Amino acid sequence: MYQIACPHCGPRAQLEFTYERTVDAVVDPVADAATAMQALYTRANPMGLDDEIWRHTYGCRAWMVLTRHRVTHEITAVKAIGPEALP
Amino acid sequence: MSGPMRTESGEETIPFTFDGTTYQARPGDTLAAALLANGVGLVARSFKYHRPRGIMTAGIEEPNALVTVGTGGRAEPNTRATDVFVYPGMVAQSQNRWPSLSFDVASIFGLAAPALGAGFYYKTFFGPAKHWMLYEGFIRRAAGLGNAPTEPDPDNFSQRAGFCDVLVVGTGPAGLKAALDAAEAGKRVMLVEQDAVPGGSLLRDPDPALDPATMVKRIKALGGEVLLRTTASGYWDHNFLTLTQRLAEPGEVPAHGFAQRLWHVRAGRVVLATGLIERPVPFANNDHPGVMLSQAVRSYVRRWGVLPGKRVVIATNNDDAYLTAAALVEAGAEVVALLDARASGPAAPAGVTVYHDARPYSVAGRKHALRKVTAVIGGSEQSFDADLIAVSGGFVPVSHLHMQAGGKLTWDEAAQAFIPGETPQVCETIGSALSPPAAPAVAPAGKAKKSFVDFQNDVSLADIDLAWQEGYRSVEHLKRYTTLGMATDQGKTSNMVALSRLAEKQGVTVPQAGLTTFRPPFTPVTMGLLAGAGARNAGAHVRRIPLHALHKAHEPIWQPLGYWFRPRAYPVNGEGLAEAALREARTVRTVAGLSDVSTLGKFEVSGPDAAALLELVCATTVGKLAVGRGRYTFMLREDGMVFDDGTVWRLAENRYLLTSSTGGADRMAGHLSYVRNSLRPDLQCSVVNVQEHYAGIALAGPRARAILAALTGAEPPRHMGYAPGTLAGAPVLVLAASYSGERAFEIHVEATHAAAVWHAIETATRAEGGAPYGLEAMELLRIEKGHVVVGGEVDGRSTPHDLGLAGMLSKAGGFIGAAGLTRPALSALNRNNLVGLISLDGPIPEGGMLIKRAGTSPQGHVTAAARRILEGGAIALALLEGGHKRHGEELTVTSPTRGEKARVRVTSPHFYDPAGERYRD
Repeated sequence: MYQIACPHCGPRAQLEFTYERTVDAVVDPVADAATAMQALYTRANPMGLDDEIWRHTYGCRAWMVLTRHRVTHEITAVKAIGPEALP
Repeated sequence: MSGPMRTESGEETIPFTFDGTTYQARPGDTLAAALLANGVGLVARSFKYHRPRGIMTAGIEEPNALVTVGTGGRAEPNTRATDVFVYPGMVAQSQNRWPSLSFDVASIFGLAAPALGAGFYYKTFFGPAKHWMLYEGFIRRAAGLGNAPTEPDPDNFSQRAGFCDVLVVGTGPAGLKAALDAAEAGKRVMLVEQDAVPGGSLLRDPDPALDPATMVKRIKALGGEVLLRTTASGYWDHNFLTLTQRLAEPGEVPAHGFAQRLWHVRAGRVVLATGLIERPVPFANNDHPGVMLSQAVRSYVRRWGVLPGKRVVIATNNDDAYLTAAALVEAGAEVVALLDARASGPAAPAGVTVYHDARPYSVAGRKHALRKVTAVIGGSEQSFDADLIAVSGGFVPVSHLHMQAGGKLTWDEAAQAFIPGETPQVCETIGSALSPPAAPAVAPAGKAKKSFVDFQNDVSLADIDLAWQEGYRSVEHLKRYTTLGMATDQGKTSNMVALSRLAEKQGVTVPQAGLTTFRPPFTPVTMGLLAGAGARNAGAHVRRIPLHALHKAHEPIWQPLGYWFRPRAYPVNGEGLAEAALREARTVRTVAGLSDVSTLGKFEVSGPDAAALLELVCATTVGKLAVGRGRYTFMLREDGMVFDDGTVWRLAENRYLLTSSTGGADRMAGHLSYVRNSLRPDLQCSVVNVQEHYAGIALAGPRARAILAALTGAEPPRHMGYAPGTLAGAPVLVLAASYSGERAFEIHVEATHAAAVWHAIETATRAEGGAPYGLEAMELLRIEKGHVVVGGEVDGRSTPHDLGLAGMLSKAGGFIGAAGLTRPALSALNRNNLVGLISLDGPIPEGGMLIKRAGTSPQGHVTAAARRILEGGAIALALLEGGHKRHGEELTVTSPTRGEKARVRVTSPHFYDPAGERYRD
């Protein structure tokens, strides 16, 4: 079970989080059909670091992007996303 | 008095039984020690061949001595006799034997061994099916371990989280020192030990400079947590470990109600001081009672004062076994011969004859005891009278946790062992696991057929050779073909012996031959411990609707719906479910009924961009909705499939209420949050989940409008209109929406006022001749009306077009799923479309398949079956290939599993009031 550093709550057990999808799998609602289906069905799935969208669902409920190594499971960065994280 | 095999006098104070015979044990005895002390040599029958087995080890790696401990629901099968401490009144029983351990009919399988060798199951499967039919029952009865108890476990299991700077696994000399050093450096320390007492190898080879009890006391005084009878059973990601702690011995009545505790520990650093496991030596009949590992013999002698044999042969390829010889001599046993496979060795204790270049060839004896050991010494055979052979084939570092942590292994040629190497986690291995004693490779001398490698699964050297001969080259194939290392001990004593044989066959080195992966748990874990507090009725929580108590007073039939419980029907005068539901549905069609719809998903969306967010989520238009109006809507997944439906209402200029299905409410909450926070954080709006804020009451029927008008003192809104109001003194939202097909309203009220509002509506409805109705009546009403339900017709494979909803799609696009809908396969003509079915004979079996005639392929299935509410006759909704264009066709619905059939005519799904005239004023 991972330990994820929630940007709002600090390090918490993976049990409190839910996984959404990788960042490259986000389907832009205004994208043309080909681009949208590419995002929906084709994964880069790198053997290394990848960006993933997670939510602290059973905690503060905030959303974040984790940079996680797909082999070692090391989490190198956690970035808050959502309206309050906009520049 | 002292038992027959005890070396020291002392009190035998703890009574226990084994296979019905009462024996006495001393405090601190494991069951294995107590049985040996009482001269019990035969304790088990092997898995496949039912060969007599004794005690081989003194620890958790024991492959032979598996017993059932405890009675009734507390019985724990497959308990290692070496890993259970005797308590007063303990009941232990041998397994896998009939009629008795000593006389086991199935031991005849030993004679059939050539037919039951490696790959037996595979070969049987590939053979004619009738052979398997013949063997199956026989094999299932014959092969096996203990029986799982049939009664519920009366004990509780607790779970607990733990945190520490340093977690040390193992209380041998290295572990104790590491834990003490960390505690003295001010670290939060947890020290775990699977044994009941600390010390590890010190219990066998004491060191006057290291007293485990004193060291543990000091660690505790410094604030450290020391957990005995606790196994680090799993090492997961990010230094997260699971520990399984025994609070009572197997089968024992726990002192405080809890039998075991599961720890979830996050450790800053993990120190593995897990030590070594001794390798057995392959030779003919090396599974016989009286063949023991050398260090185990030393443990029984030194720790428990038990002599497992009086005339002992020792067979070794390393120096460690010489210590066993010394311990035996010291305890008064006769060491008949020390067979050293090497050309030279250390000095032997006085009176012990050492034979070099000597390997055991075979042993012989009776079921209970060994009599003779035959060895090959420098090329010639020699036999010895002996009742025990202590063997040591070298040592295997306990690297299971290290490997679970993702660690690598390196090969130590001198010790012929894999040593823990690099690890990606904050973890290190220390102590003897890093430096096993030198022990050269030795070719086995005995006949391969009876030379056992995996004792628990009855795999011999011959089985490995056979697998090789039949082409199974990889260690992974070998494992699966022979079942080697797949028993409950996960090959703790067998993997390395097997690997050496495989490497020898391949003519490669052991590391080239490879190694299979160790997986959690390190030792078996009981299911009750994993379930913990989630056992029995606590597996899932219960969500109660605000009016739960009020419904309960009506004594309804309850229906679980997700975590919710909702009334399914309110039977009166001894009605059954079907009768009650039909009466309630008729009441709605003819007068009025009220129903609890509090569990509907409800979301308040507000802000300047509220409409923009809803137009993204909903596949129908939303923006053009006038204030005070609402409409039916549905939502798509990104691939274009419908995943939920509901209604959307414009309460004010920038404020909407979105409802969705009960079962999908939590999923919808997550989806809305994703869209709002991740997909479109730039929108100015807020989404608030008000599902449990409001209770919802549906009022439906021809009299509904009049009833509501009288209660609120205002003209209710027309169909798909919204109006705020006051009912029974409470502010309410009145939404004019119909699921039943009648003029109907949903009255939403803050949950705290729900009881008063329900009471007022129920009283007024009953005064008109109406009644409350439950989910079953609602189902009859919606099927007749042709309304889809999420989970029924909306099954994750249906598009808006399939469900007849395409006309409602927003022409402007831009909603989630719009791109997915353009995929060519979604406009194929043979897709399953929603249709209605009218029975031409009897009831239509729900879930049945639609076929043209017997013997043809199914063309669809029935999603919901019902009957006409007022007219009678069976109807159903179904998904049918190309169904939109097949109205009027006659088909058969068949359910072979239930043996039911009906002849049906395909029709529109809207059986009742297709023009929707009944809900307009």
